[in-house]
Amino acid sequence: MLANPPASIEYLRFLPEIILSIFGTLLMVLNPLIRKQGSSIFGNLSILGLATSLLAAIYADSLGGEAFSRMVLNDDFASFFRVLVIAIGIVIVLGSYEFLSRERADTGEFHSLILFSVAGQCIMVSSNDLILVFIGLEISSIATYILAGYLRDDRRANESAVKYFLLGSFATAFFLYGISLIYGATGSTNLSDIHAFLLSPGRPAMIVGISAALMMVGLTFKVSGVPFQIWAPDVYQGAPSPISAFLSAGPKAAAFAVFLRIFLTAFPSISHQWWPVVWISALLSMTIGNFAALTQSNIKRMLAYSSIAHAGYVLVALTAHSDVGAAAAMFYLAAYACMNVGAFIVVSHIAGKGEHNVEVSDFKGLGLRQPVTAALLTVFLLSLVGVPLTGGFFGKFYIFQAALQSNMIWLTVLGLLNSAVAAYYYLRIVGAMYMQDASESTPVPQPLPPGTQLALLLPALGTIVLGVFPSAVLDFAIKSANFLK
Amino acid sequence: MNLLNVLLLLPLAGALITFLLPRKSPQFARLVALAIALITFAGGMALATNYRVGGPPQFVTDVVWVQSLDIHYHVGADGIGLWMIVLSTLLAPLAMLASWNSITSRANDFFALILLLEFALIGVFSSFDLFLFYLFWEVSIVPFIFLVGIWGGDRRMYASLKFFVYTMAGSVLMLTSMIYLYTKVKTFDLPTILSAISSGRLVLSPTEQTFLFLGFFAAFAIKAPLFPFHTWLPDFHENAPPPVSMLLLKMGVFGLIRFSLPLFPVAARDNAPWIIVLSIIGILYGALLALSETNILRLIAYSSLSHVGFMVLGVFTFTQLGMDGAVYQMINHGISTGGLFLMVGLLASRRKSTAIDAFGGVAHVAPGLSTAFLITTLAGVGLPLLNSFVGEFLILQGAALANFRFAVFAAIGVILSACYMLWLYQRLFYGAKPDRTYPDLDVREWLCVLPLVILMFWLGIGTQTFLPAITGSTSHLLDDNRQSIPFRVEAARAR
Repeated sequence: MLANPPASIEYLRFLPEIILSIFGTLLMVLNPLIRKQGSSIFGNLSILGLATSLLAAIYADSLGGEAFSRMVLNDDFASFFRVLVIAIGIVIVLGSYEFLSRERADTGEFHSLILFSVAGQCIMVSSNDLILVFIGLEISSIATYILAGYLRDDRRANESAVKYFLLGSFATAFFLYGISLIYGATGSTNLSDIHAFLLSPGRPAMIVGISAALMMVGLTFKVSGVPFQIWAPDVYQGAPSPISAFLSAGPKAAAFAVFLRIFLTAFPSISHQWWPVVWISALLSMTIGNFAALTQSNIKRMLAYSSIAHAGYVLVALTAHSDVGAAAAMFYLAAYACMNVGAFIVVSHIAGKGEHNVEVSDFKGLGLRQPVTAALLTVFLLSLVGVPLTGGFFGKFYIFQAALQSNMIWLTVLGLLNSAVAAYYYLRIVGAMYMQDASESTPVPQPLPPGTQLALLLPALGTIVLGVFPSAVLDFAIKSANFLK
Repeated sequence: MNLLNVLLLLPLAGALITFLLPRKSPQFARLVALAIALITFAGGMALATNYRVGGPPQFVTDVVWVQSLDIHYHVGADGIGLWMIVLSTLLAPLAMLASWNSITSRANDFFALILLLEFALIGVFSSFDLFLFYLFWEVSIVPFIFLVGIWGGDRRMYASLKFFVYTMAGSVLMLTSMIYLYTKVKTFDLPTILSAISSGRLVLSPTEQTFLFLGFFAAFAIKAPLFPFHTWLPDFHENAPPPVSMLLLKMGVFGLIRFSLPLFPVAARDNAPWIIVLSIIGILYGALLALSETNILRLIAYSSLSHVGFMVLGVFTFTQLGMDGAVYQMINHGISTGGLFLMVGLLASRRKSTAIDAFGGVAHVAPGLSTAFLITTLAGVGLPLLNSFVGEFLILQGAALANFRFAVFAAIGVILSACYMLWLYQRLFYGAKPDRTYPDLDVREWLCVLPLVILMFWLGIGTQTFLPAITGSTSHLLDDNRQSIPFRVEAARAR
């Protein structure tokens, strides 16, 4: 196949992934060499790596085009998600300084796994070939399986990692099965080729539908949409909070990107077959997620259910199977990443050593004890509710606008009513912080370390900017959604 | 810079400043917040004096905010919104004065939230873009939940969450309707949509209109509140600090007039009968509940439900008189019910209770407070020369024109309101001299009460100050409304 070696510009189009892999390997190698406990050199190096790759991703945006035998497609859509997942990585690393020093677990391994996972996500979002999608998915997933069980001595973390690994492997197996069927039916794994093939007459309808369904199973698992959401609460609850933050944002955004890319690039011609399925999944995800979250008293579990509900909102955008829908999903994922990562990092801060303080009642009186932390968490929660002037509101608004344009009135009404239900459980946390006084048993929170401060300020800024000045991101999303076809 | 923008910017900036002021000196924060609120009030007065009666909305700013969705920052003042804007700018400093000493913990936050609320209220009453309106509408909820939830009574968290979930449920239905409208006309700008409707570029089928109307109606009926969507109201008022209750202006009724009627003329008329029935039930039911209530704040909340019934009745008579009366009553409600909450707050701060039983004979020890309360009570029951008389008279007249039976039922409500209010007054202020003495109103408290009392007389006697601006806009609205459905209405009239 390598009759023509790749041109140098093709490497540049793949630069973010290359940089991430180099830094990830470097950290792995340095890990046994640096044995100084409590130094943050690994963290700083991984921030450096992520920041460099962020710049590379922005630079690569100006070099749009394909690379490596059309396996990589470096378009605006890819750039959008690359920037998003790398930015999530940066915030997670910033937010985990505190966690790592608190648990005395600062190793190069942790950071290199984060970098590899982000690299995998970048590969996922920029690939135009199912094989490469699968490779990226596996790189990202395997790293996150290990990260979920990063605290080896913590039984809940172990449970979380095993569950995630076993169920995740099944899901990827489904996905792979789908790929093999579509290859058998169309003779290609390239998304554009598949699309072209499906437009030609005499296509084998049945097998294409089955393979699309199998891929949907794998992807619905990755985005924790109903009916493949069962793992999410256990995994998010058991994993360390910064990792839960990561799981709920980065891999999910990348999986949605792949979802959009595959179903809007390869399968638009059979959209009448798949959108009703996504319709049901979206409605059930919103409803089950929100109603299950209502009764939770553990915040990590509550946020896990809420992330299922939010996956439902993005699935609404997918259901619309239109450019507007794709743009809405992109915008929402950006807003969701900001608010959810921020909320999880606050939880990680309050949770304290061993993460024992993760009940809603542990947040009592936080408004008086730590006004800034409480205010930031309030911003994130109001955004998750969908109060105007936050990114969460605008994202939700845009998603349901897309749904109505595709004439999905019932889905819109039920989805929006769902967000009224959701308001209750988010506000319970706000209520605990401001409307209840701390009792003697309420743990006293530590002051915010600088890394966590930055890891909270950046998402808060993002949440508010997306809510007040949505135009820039929105226009970019609209522009890049057009490229999907 | 346009005066209305200044009115929006000042409280917002003031809220931010007050949040950031040092927490060690709450007195300084109070003074800064009050100063900003007073400057805003001066701006509100300037708005009122510079407003020219009749014609299109004034002080208009219309700039595009989000290009790709055609969302505008479009604000202006017309006769319907003008007085509500001015009222918001007046009530905010009064609420601050009233809670000057009673709010001791986190005073910075309290005063900042009042300013934020003022910003949202002015925004609600001045938006001419659906998206912008929704934004202010939702933003206004946030200060309320904190003001009630942090500084409220025993069941503050319950009350504030209930309020939030109720209003949110209504709001999202309104949002659905708004987005649906957007997908039809590709804009959120109210005047553009209205001109599309009148020119026939936007045609909504009767079914569409009905559902869209119901979406908006859900939000407004819950917020107003109209029977049977009112159950959050007594809990809210019972637990909210009384000065905060004062700021719960009748946004729901305003929304009905500003949006529901012009956007969905046919559906509004088709659905008028059952809405009128609901408002009459609300008038009577609210009054009966008020008669049996033992808590002062809950009693006023039920009386407020009864008043809302009047306003909605006035709106849905589709007569000039009824509409004017509804708008007038919206202002009155802010002043006389607001005044009642204010004075109950003053009363409660002397006794640390809001149960009617806890009082009696207050007139012996606090004659100033008693006199002011009496005037407000009489204003509330519709005594001529005081404000509510004008509004209720107009509404009853409008109702009688539309259907005489409406007026009869509503008039029973007026009688009942005299019963429960005068009985309340008797139980609180007359009777044996209490075993302890309360101080009478001090200078600060007189400063809160006096502007409202003056306004009660002014609105009752100097009707011509306020009514022409209102009529100028409502007549326009009714004309448009009639033109949109010329035949059916005339046919109904003839029958």
